[in-house]
Amino acid sequence: MAVGIKVLERKPLTWSERMYLPEIAAGLRRTWRLMWKPKVTIEYPEQRPPIPAGYRGAPTLVMDPNGREKCVSCQLCEFVCPPKAIRITPGEIPADSPHAHVEKAPQEFEIDMLRCIYCGLCQEVCPEEAIWLQTTYSITHTSRADFVHNKKKLYEMGGTLPDEHFKWDKKLAAEKHGNAH
Amino acid sequence: MDWLDLLIRVALGLVVISVVMGVCMYSVLAERKVSAWIQGRVGPNRTSLPIIAAIPVVGRFLTRLGIFQPLADGGKFLFKEDVIPAHVNKIYFVLAPIIAFVPALVTISVVPFGQYFDAAGAVKTLILANVDVGLLFIFAFASLGVYALVLSGWASNSKYPFLGGVRASAQLVSYELAMGLAVLPVFIWINGPGASGSLSLVRIVEAQHNWWFVLTQPLSALVFVIALFAETNRLPFDMPESETDLVGGYHTEYSSFKFGFFFVGEYANMTVGACVITLVFFGGWHPLPGFDWIEVAGMTGWAWLATGIPGALIAFATFAAKVVFFLFFFIWVRWTVPRFRYDQVMSIGWRRLLPLAIANLIVCALGIAAIDRFL
Repeated sequence: MAVGIKVLERKPLTWSERMYLPEIAAGLRRTWRLMWKPKVTIEYPEQRPPIPAGYRGAPTLVMDPNGREKCVSCQLCEFVCPPKAIRITPGEIPADSPHAHVEKAPQEFEIDMLRCIYCGLCQEVCPEEAIWLQTTYSITHTSRADFVHNKKKLYEMGGTLPDEHFKWDKKLAAEKHGNAH
Repeated sequence: MDWLDLLIRVALGLVVISVVMGVCMYSVLAERKVSAWIQGRVGPNRTSLPIIAAIPVVGRFLTRLGIFQPLADGGKFLFKEDVIPAHVNKIYFVLAPIIAFVPALVTISVVPFGQYFDAAGAVKTLILANVDVGLLFIFAFASLGVYALVLSGWASNSKYPFLGGVRASAQLVSYELAMGLAVLPVFIWINGPGASGSLSLVRIVEAQHNWWFVLTQPLSALVFVIALFAETNRLPFDMPESETDLVGGYHTEYSSFKFGFFFVGEYANMTVGACVITLVFFGGWHPLPGFDWIEVAGMTGWAWLATGIPGALIAFATFAAKVVFFLFFFIWVRWTVPRFRYDQVMSIGWRRLLPLAIANLIVCALGIAAIDRFL
């Protein structure tokens, strides 16, 4: 016999069990006790469930602490997205911008929340750590068009990532010292 | 009978009907609340009325208790679309919910609510119609209720209501026998030799001023309670409805107010059932078994408590408390015991309950005869 399997013996019902009424009384005792136990209901709009660590909510775009949008529109997330919820229109960063050396940024970035399956592959694949899944789980709109989150909305939801990494500034400094890469 | 007398009687009838309807509405709320508590939920707690909800503590407490929920439930039934499917027999389809509802309200007219002494020392009973056949009247009209289930089942012309109607007719007929046999010992007891024969509910309660029948004839009470559960279609005997295997049973095709009639009718039957079990076996308006509190009050100088308005109030409150307990008991059992299978229902009714009721009748009859002869 396989380890860990315990076969329970099925005893025939005793006389009092066959009479049914003592068992009903036992059931009533149990439900009476249950009636006074604390309730497990979370009264939703006022009370929110605790979000576990590693929860995958709505995908959003983030900026770095200097206010630069981290996305460089490489479109890896668009390619990896299983339900094809992401659509990126790449754009150039104008030459007079302080971040001109980054060269590219999304001109438009749309995530269709009716298609998104919250798999988190976009966050995993992003080389710039620009797309992050937040803990937001309640996404409610009044029209289908509103469910397509555009760039503005995504940055609103994402905010700033407090990550003092500044990869592109370091690259710019290295380039100025004649030591690119 | 002059016009004023008639007017007073009509007014009293309306008052009783409104009270019973209120009890029905709030039993629905109690059903939802108690089921929620047993299942670890909180139950309806959002509905509120604008002005009352604004009262600081009380308003919030009442809202959390769901006190206003029946208003919302009733309003929903009133304003939903009333669908009459094309394939039904229209006359019987419309008639069925009325039949479900009316007998339950008719039976309440012979239920006594309490008793007191008026200023002249005469016994007054709080009752709409003190008919001598009281319990028989209730049985007769309550069994009309089965027509509602059968008619709706057949008239709906669809399989689930049909199955529900068939089950209803078999089940209600089976359990009425045991129910009738269970109350016979009580009548043997109160209609002793020399006493004028009566089936009056008032007489039954008066006979329990000292010891309740549940204590002297526990087996009758047990059979009666079980049969009552079956007769009111409450779980574990809700064969005709059994929403998990027959969708909704006999009322599958009903919507809106017609469904509301079935729903309220079920709870009205439950209320009358709770009244009857209280009156017949649990001492009616006598607060405690073992002593006659009116005698005790008379001896200790508290006799005014049993006369006039205080007497009526105490008697009614005692009765109402017992009825509320039994309504709670009905609900409590419903959320504890799973439904019987159909063959189990038949087997319990015919092979267990009926022989038990007959044996009980014989034993009680012999016992009462022995008491009459030797004591």
